[in-house]
Amino acid sequence: MNNFFTTSFLVGFFASTIRMATPLILATLGEAFSERSGILNLGIEGIMIFGALAGFVTTYFTHSLWLGVFAATFSGFLFGLLMAFLTVTLGLNQHVSGLGITIFASGLAYYVYRAIIGSPTIPPTITAFDTLKIPGLWKIPFLGPILFDQYALTYVAVILVIVSGYIFFKTSFGLSLRSVGENPEAADAVGVDVYKMRYIALMVGGSLMGMSGAFFTLAQFNMFIFDIVAGRGWVAIALVIFANWIPSRVFWGALLFGGVDALGLRLQGTAINIPFQYFLMMPYILTIVVLIFTARNASYPSALLKPYRRE
Amino acid sequence: MNLISFKLEKRTPPPWWFRILMPIMAVIISLAISSIFLLILRKNPFTAFYYLFYGGLGTKFAFLEMLVKATPLILTGIAVSVAFLAKYWNIGAEGQLYAGALLATWVGIQNFNLSPVFYVLLVIVAGFVGGGVWSFIPAYLKAKFKVDDVVTTLLMNYIMIYFVSAILTGPWRNPVSMWPESVNIAENARLIQLVPRSRVHIGFLIAVAVVFVVYFIVKKTKLGFEIRATGSNPKAANFLGINTLKTIIIASVLSGGIAGLAGVSEVAGVHYHLIHNLSPGYGYSGIVIAMLGGLNPFGVLFAALYFSVIITGAQMMSRSVGIPPYIADVIQGITLIVMLAMLLLFEYKISIRRGK
Repeated sequence: MNNFFTTSFLVGFFASTIRMATPLILATLGEAFSERSGILNLGIEGIMIFGALAGFVTTYFTHSLWLGVFAATFSGFLFGLLMAFLTVTLGLNQHVSGLGITIFASGLAYYVYRAIIGSPTIPPTITAFDTLKIPGLWKIPFLGPILFDQYALTYVAVILVIVSGYIFFKTSFGLSLRSVGENPEAADAVGVDVYKMRYIALMVGGSLMGMSGAFFTLAQFNMFIFDIVAGRGWVAIALVIFANWIPSRVFWGALLFGGVDALGLRLQGTAINIPFQYFLMMPYILTIVVLIFTARNASYPSALLKPYRRE
Repeated sequence: MNLISFKLEKRTPPPWWFRILMPIMAVIISLAISSIFLLILRKNPFTAFYYLFYGGLGTKFAFLEMLVKATPLILTGIAVSVAFLAKYWNIGAEGQLYAGALLATWVGIQNFNLSPVFYVLLVIVAGFVGGGVWSFIPAYLKAKFKVDDVVTTLLMNYIMIYFVSAILTGPWRNPVSMWPESVNIAENARLIQLVPRSRVHIGFLIAVAVVFVVYFIVKKTKLGFEIRATGSNPKAANFLGINTLKTIIIASVLSGGIAGLAGVSEVAGVHYHLIHNLSPGYGYSGIVIAMLGGLNPFGVLFAALYFSVIITGAQMMSRSVGIPPYIADVIQGITLIVMLAMLLLFEYKISIRRGK
């Protein structure tokens, strides 16, 4: 235990924290887009599972990782479109629509995997993403290997945090997006197309969720296993509340959860005599505890869950 | 996007047969949509669906096996519908099933010297309490701290499943086989077989009894009225002097307790010990079943039987036609969405117009 907190341990821990946070950042940003427009998307878990599958299968056959990322993102886009049709055009209950998409998308992912790959004793693998060392910067002592020796998708996620924050708060598009989530009648009155904004938000959001799924099969692991997403989508639903729908806070919140994940992984490997299941439980317990402290002050988009029907 | 536009008008409540026709139409439409995924694999949907229903209904063995699977599905379907009636989004039936199974197993392995009737009753009560307590937590957090029920009920599924797994690989590991499973519960704590040489047990009758009891509670008691009022219009319910938070907590405990009974059915009726993969997602199927059954207990009964046929038959279809059994999950997801869309017809008259 004396050399538990050595420099190499800390570097490994912080680097792994950022890695584990990546799919959460992408998925939570996706949910933030959807909810900012007034739609709760509970399809998130299923969209991530299908994204994980679409990314894996595409890379398996084309040997192109980026084509895999594209396929995952595009599958998320299509599920976002379906969610938009159900909740915007038809104005159906958002809870049940989202759960329906999760059951459908996850079932379809397993169905497609079995149909294409079958059930071999050893699951097939792909050559996953290697980390991308940023020239020069990664050699900085301590910080270099933590910040500049990550997967390409991690850099993409961080850039998307900044881009999303800019879109939400500095562009007229973002203003329209927030206005349809807060007061669609007023937005409509000043000429914002509520339906169109919500369609765009759900399609962008779905794309981010799909891309998030690809991280599991193309970077964190190199195969598709059932339950690979393991409720990370539901954690994202909580994280977006915790972050008050603000992208920069999404980033810090995801790091917190990534840290718990990374700590659990590391403690499992030590002599500490606690069953590993308790470490796996930690992120979910932490999520609930955090919500207890933040739920009261959360400022939900006012029109969330309310279908908009133009008279 | 505006080539076709919908116009929705509130309609007068449609006749009673519409309520029955609607889920039947939802089932037919969703099977038609699902056949797209069979055609993609170049399988004939009619052959596939023949084996699907043959595998769930066609033989005596299939029929009995269907009843075995229907037992937990009826219970989770009823559990979810009780919560949804109060607009309390309990997505945690899966975890509550395991919580019920855990406590029922604990009581069952104590080898009490009790007559079978009392011991089985004790196991059933334990299962109800286990699921009820696990469901109380998120409802309390919602009432007290406004914590979103969807998120907590979902996350608590994962916590409970990991907890069961920790118990089974730790203190409860079978000392003889060393498998991560508990020892068998006492013989006098088991649900007796209903049909000799089959796995059908008396839990099926208990599940049907729960259907009647919940129907009575929902339609004929003050609590039932309060649950429905809270769900349909919480503000008006408050105005009537109903304590909606209290109602939600009671509904959640009732819901979780019934989901816990599904755990009892699997432990005391099927396996006789606790295993970590006790449920292949019965808790989530309960959501689909509750919605297809229109949140009506008898509707839920039929919806559970239907999905039990699908889930049981999917194995046979998989073996005979070579279609992955996960088609059962695809059908469930599509049915949920289609049924939800059908409810629109129930509330509104839709006129479709071309152009803007």
